Amino acid sequence: MSMEASPASGATKQHAVTLPWSLLVAGSIVGIWIVLALFAPLVAPFDPTAVDIANALKGPSAAHWFGTDQVGRDVLSRVIHGARIDLLMCLAGVLPPLLIGTTVGLLSGYYGGTVDTLLMRLYDLTAAFPFFVLVLAIVGVLGPGLINFFIALAVVGWVTYARLVRAEVMAIRDSEYVQAAQCLGYSDRVVLLRHVLPNAFGPVVAYAVSDAVLVMLAGASFGFLGMGAQPPLAEWGVMISDGSRYIRQAWWICTFPGLAAISLGLGLAFLGDGLGQLRRGQVSA
Amino acid sequence: MQTILRRIIQLIFVLAGICIVTFLLVHMVPGDPARVIAGDRASPETIEAIRQRFGLDQPLWQQFMTYAGNVFAGDIGQSMRYKRPVVALIGQYIWPTLFLTGYVVCLAVPPSIALAIASARRPGSLADQLIRFIGIAGMAIPVFWLGIMMSRFFGVGLGWFPVSGYGKTFADHLHHLFLPALSTAIWMVPVLVQSLRAALIEKASADFVVAARAQGAGEREIFWRTVLPNAILPTLNLFGVLVAFLIGGTIIVETVYAVPGLGTLMVNSLLARDYQVVQGLTLMFAVTTVVVTFLVDLLSAAIDPRARV
Repeated sequence: MSMEASPASGATKQHAVTLPWSLLVAGSIVGIWIVLALFAPLVAPFDPTAVDIANALKGPSAAHWFGTDQVGRDVLSRVIHGARIDLLMCLAGVLPPLLIGTTVGLLSGYYGGTVDTLLMRLYDLTAAFPFFVLVLAIVGVLGPGLINFFIALAVVGWVTYARLVRAEVMAIRDSEYVQAAQCLGYSDRVVLLRHVLPNAFGPVVAYAVSDAVLVMLAGASFGFLGMGAQPPLAEWGVMISDGSRYIRQAWWICTFPGLAAISLGLGLAFLGDGLGQLRRGQVSA
Repeated sequence: MQTILRRIIQLIFVLAGICIVTFLLVHMVPGDPARVIAGDRASPETIEAIRQRFGLDQPLWQQFMTYAGNVFAGDIGQSMRYKRPVVALIGQYIWPTLFLTGYVVCLAVPPSIALAIASARRPGSLADQLIRFIGIAGMAIPVFWLGIMMSRFFGVGLGWFPVSGYGKTFADHLHHLFLPALSTAIWMVPVLVQSLRAALIEKASADFVVAARAQGAGEREIFWRTVLPNAILPTLNLFGVLVAFLIGGTIIVETVYAVPGLGTLMVNSLLARDYQVVQGLTLMFAVTTVVVTFLVDLLSAAIDPRARV
């Protein structure tokens, strides 16, 4: 919004042209990964868990495009199957905090009062902990594993969503269309769900997509540290951790899962950015 | 003055909250806490002795009061693995982490400022779009993977840098920690540039810029004398955010490069189920973040007259 006032007056026009393009590319990257994940057993050339010691640590070839790992498993097939776990992490790591946070934020922003004060104090407290440290500590205490990782994310993550929604709701609460709905005698439930929520949800969606990048990378880091998905599972972080022990002889084991994580991360990051811009553009137009 | 007082009260509440959270953390461990502390092979007598010694037979709130009192007195627990106080362990492991943190700041801040200025000078230009692109792309790189790749290429492949450890002398530290610091910096620059760029652009449309322009100041003068000084405050506030990021980032990077710092201690303690160390470190990381944010606020108030009201 603020760009128009800057010396370069062509800025807005240029943005309007490049925007759908980057959104399209980002969307397709994420789309391709989703399709690969859904049809992993059909797409992957090998069984991701099939051990073949005779062909261990073989470099990329016609049969194994991404090479094989230390026990002869096909790295390409593991990367494709890994997309299932890593996309699942995005979904299960983002949705629960989003749902809890949106509900609390909606109520807290609309009604205010004690709940609202309590929420803000809780936000101050959560913000005091470095995100990664708190999630790591909770997972460590509950025990390594994906389920506990999701629990920790839900416990820590919902507060950010709640604060985001709360701020939106407080801005909308006194707007004319909400007042009109109230005057017409609609119940709070209807006003909240039909009038306030749809208008407050935009920034949440944009944030959630960016949050998915964070969650995916955190999940991969946890897999790498041995605190997330556990070894037989083909998760990209776990694969990178496995491969890092053989990095001198076999660079391919940890290079390809890393590139996979980057491509999905890029797709999600630009998708989130594009959605955010699209929304801001709509507001100022 | 009133704001500062309110900030101090808020700080006290948050510190108390941190105490409660870290206290509950250890109580979240599934199973009997006395058995958890004593270890899997402890006899029933040992477990009973530990229960008595740590007051685990008392009600929860009483245990918390003991814990809070201990924390206040500077005792944040005892490591089961090292048989030493957690404070002593932190004192031993903190130096590589501090060195690494300072190193990262030195490597990350100058290019961030340069890129943000280059970007915000002409929003929408090719340079700006490129920097913005890199900024978003940078967030998508898994920092541990980057670390492994760099240690493979520059460490093992070219032999320019050691791939693990910390070294003995100052020059050694600089040499050993270069790759860890660079990996963290590469990951942090995008975050910094984005925030700084947004702050600069926001200031560029402020009323006082319009006023300066109306008075006939040149665009160059406006940028360097009006916009840039006004972007100091947001930059300062960024340091609060930075600390939390840095702590999270160094935990992973230290593990990749086997740097004997707090991050490595944290991960090893987690894997070894040395919960008191995890508790103590979590407490320390949180208190550090809060105190730095508080200091930044104080500094902002000192610089900006508006924040004092």
